[in-house]
Amino acid sequence: MKSKRFEVLAARPVNQDGYVQEWPEVGLIAMNSPFDPKPSIKIENGVITELDGKTRAEFDMLDTFIADHAIRLENAEKAMAMDSLEIARMIVDINVSRKEVLDITLSLTPAKLTEVVGKLTIVEIMMGMTKMRARMMPANQCHVTNVRDNPVQIAADAAEAAVRGFAEMETTVAVARYAPFNAMALFVGAQTGRPGIMTQCALEEATELMLGMRGFTTYAETISVYGTEPVFMDGDDTPYSKAFLASCYASRGLKMRFTSGTGSEVQMGYAEGKSMLYLEARCLAVTKGAGVQGTQNGSVSCIGVPAGVPGGIRAVAAENLIAMLLDLESTTSNDQTFTHSDLRRVARTVPQLFSGTDYICSGYSATPNYDNMFAGSNWDAEDYDDWTIIQRDMKIDGGLQPVREEDVLKARNKAARALQGMFRELGLPEITDAEVEAATYANGSNDMPQRNVNEDLKAIEDMMARKVTGVDFVKALDRAGFPDVAHNVYNMLRQKVAGDYLHTASIFDKDFHVLSAVNVPNEYHGPMTGYQISEERWNELKNIPNAIRPEDI
Amino acid sequence: MTFDENTLRSVIEEVLKEMGAGQSTPAAAPAASTIPAAGKLTVTEDGEARKGSAADEVVIGLAPAFGTKQTKTIVDLPHDKVLREIIAGIEEEGLKWRVIKVYRTSDVSFIAHDAAEYSGSGIGIGIQSKGTTVIHQKDLPPLSNLELFSQAPLIDLDTYRKIGKNAAKYAKGEAPTPVPTKNDQMARPTYQALSALLHIKETELVDNNKKPQAVSVSFQ
Repeated sequence: MKSKRFEVLAARPVNQDGYVQEWPEVGLIAMNSPFDPKPSIKIENGVITELDGKTRAEFDMLDTFIADHAIRLENAEKAMAMDSLEIARMIVDINVSRKEVLDITLSLTPAKLTEVVGKLTIVEIMMGMTKMRARMMPANQCHVTNVRDNPVQIAADAAEAAVRGFAEMETTVAVARYAPFNAMALFVGAQTGRPGIMTQCALEEATELMLGMRGFTTYAETISVYGTEPVFMDGDDTPYSKAFLASCYASRGLKMRFTSGTGSEVQMGYAEGKSMLYLEARCLAVTKGAGVQGTQNGSVSCIGVPAGVPGGIRAVAAENLIAMLLDLESTTSNDQTFTHSDLRRVARTVPQLFSGTDYICSGYSATPNYDNMFAGSNWDAEDYDDWTIIQRDMKIDGGLQPVREEDVLKARNKAARALQGMFRELGLPEITDAEVEAATYANGSNDMPQRNVNEDLKAIEDMMARKVTGVDFVKALDRAGFPDVAHNVYNMLRQKVAGDYLHTASIFDKDFHVLSAVNVPNEYHGPMTGYQISEERWNELKNIPNAIRPEDI
Repeated sequence: MTFDENTLRSVIEEVLKEMGAGQSTPAAAPAASTIPAAGKLTVTEDGEARKGSAADEVVIGLAPAFGTKQTKTIVDLPHDKVLREIIAGIEEEGLKWRVIKVYRTSDVSFIAHDAAEYSGSGIGIGIQSKGTTVIHQKDLPPLSNLELFSQAPLIDLDTYRKIGKNAAKYAKGEAPTPVPTKNDQMARPTYQALSALLHIKETELVDNNKKPQAVSVSFQ
C-alpha cells in the first residue's frame, strides 16, 4: 500500500525541482567546504606575498590580480588578524557604522570574507544588508523581452514597467541579430513611460559595447567574471581583459557593472573543488580590483545549482552581502527561475526584498514568463499585484507601486506609437496600426501579430551599416511628433557626457537628477534611521485600486 | 522529482566507479580510438581534422564526451538519433557534412566556432553531450552566434533536423528564418543541477593541447 499523504506530497510543485547531494570534491557545495583555503595574508615592501595560503609563486592570475588591485593594504594585516566572529558581530551591530565596517572589510581576502559571512544566520545577513547596501533607498530592475523579439511589444512593456516603478530595464534577444531593434524599442518605451530610466541589452560583449557607444543603450551589466582561471579562459578572458572592457565603458561615460554568481564555476565544470561562495568572493574581489562600481550577483542564471544543494539560498544572500562589504553597488539577482514552488520563490526573495538592496531584482520579468528570454524570472508580470500587496502588508518599498489600468494603457499606446513614428522616420519596416493596437492591450507575444522576421533582420543590417546612432533616434522621434520622448532620449544621451551617473549605485529621478551612494548614501544605524518611507511614498504604496474604501459603504 | 532518476543514478554510479577506478577500467581499450557507443552510433577518430575548402560543407563539432562517454542528451535523446537528424537536415538541402571532435573546450560556443573555422563554407554546428547546440559562422565573435539553442531539455529531434537544415541554408548564402526558439521557465528548476553534473563529466575530458579530431561516424 502507498500512503495517500505521500502521494499528495509527491505531486506538489516543490517536488518537481531538482536536488542533489553535496559533492565537495568538485565544488558542488554552497559554502564552508573542507577544501576552501584558510584565510591568510603576508605583505612585504608594500606587496602581498601570501594570499589565503598560497605564496606569490603559487598564485594563479586571479590571485595576482586580487593581491595587486583588490585589497586595501594599509590596514590589511590588522584586519586579517581580527577574529572573523568579531567582524561578523560588527556587521550586525547598529553601534558600529557602515564606514567602520568597510574600513575592515575592504582589507580582507576572499577566504576571510567567506569565513566572516559564514558566521551569520540568514536574519543577520538581512540585518547586514539593511546597513551595508550603498544607496539610501532601494530600487528595482526588470527584464523586457519576448520570444519573437517583437519591438512594438518591447516598447509597450517597457512603458508599462516604467509606470510601475522600475529604475532600470534590461532586454536580450531570442535571435542575436535582432539586438539593435530590441535595444531601441526598450530605450523609447522606457523614456515614454518615465523619464530617466536606464536601459541595457544583454549580448555578446563586443556587440554590447558597440550598442552602448552608439547610443542604443545607457548602461551595461552582463560583463561576467568567474572565480577560477579555467572558466575565465573558457570565455577567452582574464581579469585584466575584463578590467580593460570596464574602462572602455567608463571612457564613453557609460555606467556598467560586472556580473558573477555562485554556481557558475561548478556549472562550467571548473570549480577546482572550492565552495561556490568562496569562488564568488574571488569574483567580487576581481570586480573591486577592476575599479568597477558595482555587481549583479546572487547566482543569477546558475541559481538552480546552489538551490539544488543544502544551504544554497542562504549562500546566495551571503554573496550579496559580500558585495556590499566591498562597497559595491549590489544588484541582487532574484531574477531567474529556480523552482516550481510559489512558496520557495517568495522565501528566496525575502532577504533582499525585506532588507532593501540597490536593485532588489535584476530583473523582474515585465512580461509573462513565457516571453522571458533569460529563461524565465523568479517574478513576472503576472505577479505584479502580489509584489505590491506584499509591500503593503510589510510596509516595505520594493521599488514598485500599484497602478491604474487607464494609465498603463495610455503609456503602452504612446510608446508603441512613438516607436511606429521613429521606425517610419528611420526608413525601417512598417509598424502597422494593428500592431500598435495589439501591443497596447497585449499580455504577451501570443497576443501580438507576427512580424516579417527576415525583413526586420535585413533592415537591421542596413541600419547598422548606415551608422545610425542614438542622435538619429532623437531627430526621428521629434520629426514623428513625439518631442517629449525625443527630449527624454536626448537627455539620457547627454548624461554620458556629464558622467555623474558613473558613481556607485546611481539611478535617475524623473527630472534626470542622479541619486547615488555619493549624494544619498545609506546611513542606517538602527531604528528610525536610514531610508524611511515618506508619507507621500506610503500613499503610493498602500493605495491598491481593489481595496474597499470605508466611505463608499 | 521529474528528472529521470535513472540518468542521475547512472551519473552517480559512474562517478563512484571512477573514484574507485584503476582495476575496473577495461585494459583492453583499443589502440585506435574506436569507441563503440551504447546504441547504434560509432564515433571513430581518424587523427587531426583538416580545415575544409569545399564551400558546400557544414562541419558538426562534437563536445568531448559526445557519443562516447555520454550517449544521450539531458532528456535521454540517444546521440545517434540526434546526429542523424542534424545530418539529415543538412543532406535535405543538398550539402555535405563532416564531423569533428573538439577537445580544447567543452563550451558550446567555442566548439561551434571551431567547427565553423574548420568548415569550407564557414558554417559550423556545435553540440554538447547534454544537447545544447549552436549554429556558428567563422567571422562572428566566438560568443556570438547565428542561432543558439540554450535550453537543452527543450530540443526535440525535429528541432535538430531543422538546425541541420538552417545551417545548410546559411552555408548556401541564404537567410533562413531562424528555427523558432522554445522557452520554458521551468527547465532550469528541473534540470540545472543535473546539467551541472553532466557538464562536469564532459569537462573532465577536455584536453587543452589536443587539436580537433577528424571523426567518422557510422550508424548501425
